[in-house]
Amino acid sequence: MNKKILMTGNEAIAEGAIQAGCRFYAGYPITPQNEITAYMAKRMPQEKGVFIQAESEISAVNMVLGAAAAGARAMTSSSSPGISLKQEGISYLAGCQLPAVIVNIMRGGPGLGNISPSQSDYFQAVKGGGHGDYHSIVLAPSSVQEAFDFMKIAFDLADEYRTPAIILGDGMLGQMMEPLVVHGPRSTVHGKIKPTTNPAAGGSAYGGDYRLSTKKWALTGCKNRKPNIIRSLLLKEGALEELNNELQKKYSNIRTREVRCEAFNLKGADIVLVAYGTTARLARSVCKKSTRYKLGLIRPITLWPFPTRIIEKAAEKAKAVLVIEMSAGQMLEDVKLAVCGKAGVEFLGRTGGGIPTEEEIIDKIRKISVQRRVLRQAQDYSKDGEQGRTTYSV
Amino acid sequence: MKRVFSHPKSLRNIATHYCAGCGHGIVHRLIAEVVDEMGIRERVIAVAPVGCAVLAYDYWDFDCTEAAHGRALAVATAIKRVRPQNIVFTYQGDGDLAAIGTNETIHAANRGENLSVVFINNAVYGMTGGQMAPTTLLGQKTATTPSGRDAKYEGYPLKISEMLAVLPAVKYIERVSLDSPAEVLKAKRAIRQALQNQVDGIGFSLVEVLSPCPTYWDMTPRQALDWIREVMAKQFPLGRIK
Repeated sequence: MNKKILMTGNEAIAEGAIQAGCRFYAGYPITPQNEITAYMAKRMPQEKGVFIQAESEISAVNMVLGAAAAGARAMTSSSSPGISLKQEGISYLAGCQLPAVIVNIMRGGPGLGNISPSQSDYFQAVKGGGHGDYHSIVLAPSSVQEAFDFMKIAFDLADEYRTPAIILGDGMLGQMMEPLVVHGPRSTVHGKIKPTTNPAAGGSAYGGDYRLSTKKWALTGCKNRKPNIIRSLLLKEGALEELNNELQKKYSNIRTREVRCEAFNLKGADIVLVAYGTTARLARSVCKKSTRYKLGLIRPITLWPFPTRIIEKAAEKAKAVLVIEMSAGQMLEDVKLAVCGKAGVEFLGRTGGGIPTEEEIIDKIRKISVQRRVLRQAQDYSKDGEQGRTTYSV
Repeated sequence: MKRVFSHPKSLRNIATHYCAGCGHGIVHRLIAEVVDEMGIRERVIAVAPVGCAVLAYDYWDFDCTEAAHGRALAVATAIKRVRPQNIVFTYQGDGDLAAIGTNETIHAANRGENLSVVFINNAVYGMTGGQMAPTTLLGQKTATTPSGRDAKYEGYPLKISEMLAVLPAVKYIERVSLDSPAEVLKAKRAIRQALQNQVDGIGFSLVEVLSPCPTYWDMTPRQALDWIREVMAKQFPLGRIK
């Protein structure tokens, strides 16, 4: 049975986790995600789960590691500076092949920064952050509904692939309030997901199974079986390389199977906007309203694995790609790699907690449009060898 | 004929990597014996440290997990909260428990987590080449105190067990030694008490074991045991602290 309620993004994340079967939460207060810790403090005991306000973000992520090792669906949340503290723990989760969910409600940085929304932790989330060759699955919700829905996706993927999953939100998403449809306990979430863990049917071969009782690798006491060891230390010659090969194979599978992306108005678009999270809401608004320009939007939902192919194909037909981020240009690099020279890639960014406005975006689009036409004008000029008219409409 | 002595089931029958005269081998075995005698092998989940005993899970024959350096008590806290029916213990060195992990140690103790902690105090960092530990004695020469620990720059040996005793939720702390067979037996009894407390739901229990490191004390194994008895135990008095 579905219910419609009004909730902040932070609360939706917490409730979404609970409904996805999360029964362990450890966290530390930090703005702008304190609603998550408060909500969990109240809600977890109701579901006979465990809530701990840890002594630090470092301790919290290590508690999550312990809970995950014991077979529980475990989660922690923080904001940028606190997520920096968790990087070692995330590397350990990846190396030990443990499932867990880490929520980052991004704020302005670097350093102590401010408490306004930002998207400047993309590199940290997507490129590693912690040491070693690993990846976390990264999901970027763009609405309170998605903040809720993506929790189940995150836990399911984390369990299936035995890998950490990061929810990359921002202070705007965390604090804003929108109506939310809360699905009944048995319903499935939108988006394509994965089902089977049966290797024969194409499911994960990594022993991932999100039913608690059947995590064969978990630490439950060695009754009726050989002891289990959770470790990422492999000193014997070649052993760590073997683990790394296994991890890379896992990531390759994830890249093949788990890309999620929204394409809006791409058909015939001259300029393709690429944005995620809160910025994508603004970009979509601009796309919808624009009558002068044909604008499309690609909204990555998984930032890792990145929707490279979709962007590449769109770039083949577009005149320009405009990346909009609340950062100095982080996802921009992955877009450039995907576009691979097939179209010009432009960038509009705000840093330090600044949020782009629709007017800024439209202004940028206008400038891009002018530049592209100027270029074409210049080319015609040199080709014909005669003075072309230099008037153009904007 | 009655079998009166055998290799403990909870200890794998393989050679360890420890130095001659190291205390880890003794304590690994004591734990294995106690676990077997208490019949809790199938309930035990151990959390290994980072330090010379990082490979402890290769030597014990029950469920074990690694933990990042210093974080064993955070990991153990969570395992125990998620699975209170299991017996969860940490095995940590002086760096793991009283340097990088001090925060996790104090707060797990302060929350009164129903855990058992085996704290191996050998006054030095063995695995990384003999650097100063929080518990290094004044005047003790180490890789990072080549002229001997100087209180002016390095402070005093940290008596973390005495500090933890102040916390109301801490229920049992005892300091033992490995310097003679009699002391080793006392150590075994203390370890048993710490585990039994968990079984009985009593609360946070910690055993500090003064352990020899002949290699980085630059002594023979025999000299190392003597040094524990004659010097170290004066700084870190044996007996029940809480």
